[in-house]
Amino acid sequence: MFKAILARIHQKHRTIKYPAEPAVLPELLRGYPLLNPDACPEECRLCADACPFGAIEAGTGKELSLDMGKCLFCTECTGACPQGAIAFSCDEKLAANRREDLLVSPGCERRLVQALEARMRSLFGRSLKLREVSAGGCNACEADVNVLSTVGFDLGRFGIQFVASPRHADGIFVTGPVTENMREALLKTYEAVPEPKIVIASGACAINGGPFIDSPEAHNGVDGLLPVDLYIPGCPPHPITVLDGLLRLLGRMEEK
Amino acid sequence: MTDHFSMKTLYNGESLPLAAVPLVKREDFLQGIINAVDRGWRISAMFGDGGADGVTLYAVLSAKSDGVLGVMRSRCGDSFPSITPYCPQANLFEREIAEQFGVKPEGHPWFKPVRFHRPFRPGRDAWGRDASERILPGVTDFYRVEGEEVHEVAVGPVHAGIIEPGHFRFQCHGEEVFHLEIALGFQHRGIEAGLIGGPGPRTVHQMETGAGDSTVAHTWAYCLIMEALAGRRIPAKGEVIRAIALELERLANHTGDLGAIAGDTGYLPTSSYCGRIRGDFLNMSAVLCGSRFSRGLLRPGGTGFDCSLKQADDLLKRLAAGRADLFNAVDLIWTTPSVMGRLENTGTVSIGTATELALTGPAARACGMAMDVRQDFPYGIYQMSQIPVVTAKSGDVYARTLVRWLEADKSLDFVEEQLRQLPGGPHRAQIAPPAAERIAVALTEGWRGEVCHVAITDEVGRFSRYKIVDPSFHNWPGLAMALRGQQISDFPLCNKSFNLSYCGFDL
Repeated sequence: MFKAILARIHQKHRTIKYPAEPAVLPELLRGYPLLNPDACPEECRLCADACPFGAIEAGTGKELSLDMGKCLFCTECTGACPQGAIAFSCDEKLAANRREDLLVSPGCERRLVQALEARMRSLFGRSLKLREVSAGGCNACEADVNVLSTVGFDLGRFGIQFVASPRHADGIFVTGPVTENMREALLKTYEAVPEPKIVIASGACAINGGPFIDSPEAHNGVDGLLPVDLYIPGCPPHPITVLDGLLRLLGRMEEK
Repeated sequence: MTDHFSMKTLYNGESLPLAAVPLVKREDFLQGIINAVDRGWRISAMFGDGGADGVTLYAVLSAKSDGVLGVMRSRCGDSFPSITPYCPQANLFEREIAEQFGVKPEGHPWFKPVRFHRPFRPGRDAWGRDASERILPGVTDFYRVEGEEVHEVAVGPVHAGIIEPGHFRFQCHGEEVFHLEIALGFQHRGIEAGLIGGPGPRTVHQMETGAGDSTVAHTWAYCLIMEALAGRRIPAKGEVIRAIALELERLANHTGDLGAIAGDTGYLPTSSYCGRIRGDFLNMSAVLCGSRFSRGLLRPGGTGFDCSLKQADDLLKRLAAGRADLFNAVDLIWTTPSVMGRLENTGTVSIGTATELALTGPAARACGMAMDVRQDFPYGIYQMSQIPVVTAKSGDVYARTLVRWLEADKSLDFVEEQLRQLPGGPHRAQIAPPAAERIAVALTEGWRGEVCHVAITDEVGRFSRYKIVDPSFHNWPGLAMALRGQQISDFPLCNKSFNLSYCGFDL
């Protein structure tokens, strides 16, 4: 017992101060993409050709754009561009309410997550219970969602909790490209959540299939199967990216 | 010197002309596997290859006493006699061959689908299912124990925690588990079928996410394959960065498991501390490449990122802090009788069972099997810098916990040593595309155990077959055996002590 108390003193209070203070992120984090089409030579599409997942549009008659829903933030494009027209910033705020808001192009206004409408917000704003469903996820998205419940992030302090049963939940949090073998289980879990409910698609797989896009054994993500309220890009998303998306959805970041 | 039977031998990370792989009679092939396993070899991979014109079976066996791998092949026909009754470690491999290629292992004692998908060869279904019939995951015959007061508990695919899906059936008598059957396949993404005709621009990303908590172990195996097929060695600095990344991956996961095991005994201090410390190790991977899961770090020819002296210094400081916190958190386990009482004599697997099933990684070493790819089939920097193999004897949850702790300690020493003597020079070399008509084999030691990749190239150097064996493919049957005669309430603890991959198994 004495030893446990000494250990407690050694380990200190380590919950991050975020969102009261900015999160400490890795220097090399690949966050919100920065595009500079002014640097692009005529008809150059080196970046678009280098992207293995078709996330980039460039070249003849097309404005340079990047779809964060398809992007794995993998650096194939930045490595291919001799002009440095594409870079990944350290900005972790990637989530969006609508699929089209994940499209980054220099002419388009950046839309961060908008809070739920008033009724939903009054229901969930201070208490949101989610049922996680891994539908073909590789256990990286799952692991970095799990980490939010540790003392380092302490998700419970925001009233958000991952629960054991869909019957206890206000929504589902989906990871993975939705394999054919998980499709039915995902839909049944969704059905079991009482109304009103929300759907969150987290990670490149759940948004658009990720590395397994167009696999005959998977469904290119949740879209088309369930109505999605929040998209969280990344492969996997950094825990702070997930947290930022959740807090904005609940309208908890407005005063910040 | 071990008898090589009918096999051609090679070293880990080498390739051979396909023509050099002995094509033996089917009976000699199967008997050869049985004989080799009797003499201490293990099956690292056994798989089919082929299309409309027939199926060829391949076996890749490993002999740790000599540090060599053996390969052979045989034409198959529509069926082959099952060797599972004589060689239990062939069980899942034979069922996988049947599911993928529609050739039946005659006399297999446990003949059920592995991942619940259509065969690679259309119309060749080993269970005679019609092409119009939907294949539903988990829909198969389950072993049932009948009798008064015997009941069945079914769990999954969706579990209570944030974990991957799988279906578990327990045959119970009161609280006691007579038998556990595990049905997987829910995570199947068609990875192996999709790799035929590769490699392509997406391939390395699929290797990184096949089992995404073992990104480094799998991507390193893929890199070894590509380098073997290109006949190229990589710069020393690349080798060192790869090993640092692999040991950081091991540290993060072992730390997480130590915390999770403590959590399932109801001991929250170690559980809370390790949950956070695990994140500290993930952040060290992010210091190297920006990703907590080392995405983008390993690439054929070397690494995608360099490691500067500034990064090395940063990592050394973080490692020292991580070591102090981890020692402090884990030490509580060994001195808390209520935790030790739950770990000892729970979920015991005997060394006999472990050997028969060919368990791998910490699960095998906890049963006293001294095996570790880094030591037995060294690759990369492990050829120069060795990590001691740690084992335990009791084969229970305690042993699996202890092995993880001792391994974490050794990994800390190793990473610190490597960071202090980082080589100079480039971290990546350009490599040629894969050579035609060759076979390459690569083993790595992930944090769960042996990862095996095998590639066969066609006449233009594309993959005609790419086989991936995740350590969980060997170890899931070990978890089922660990539960026999246990209380069903011990399942979460036993499960955490194995912590196996669903997606790595399902591919």
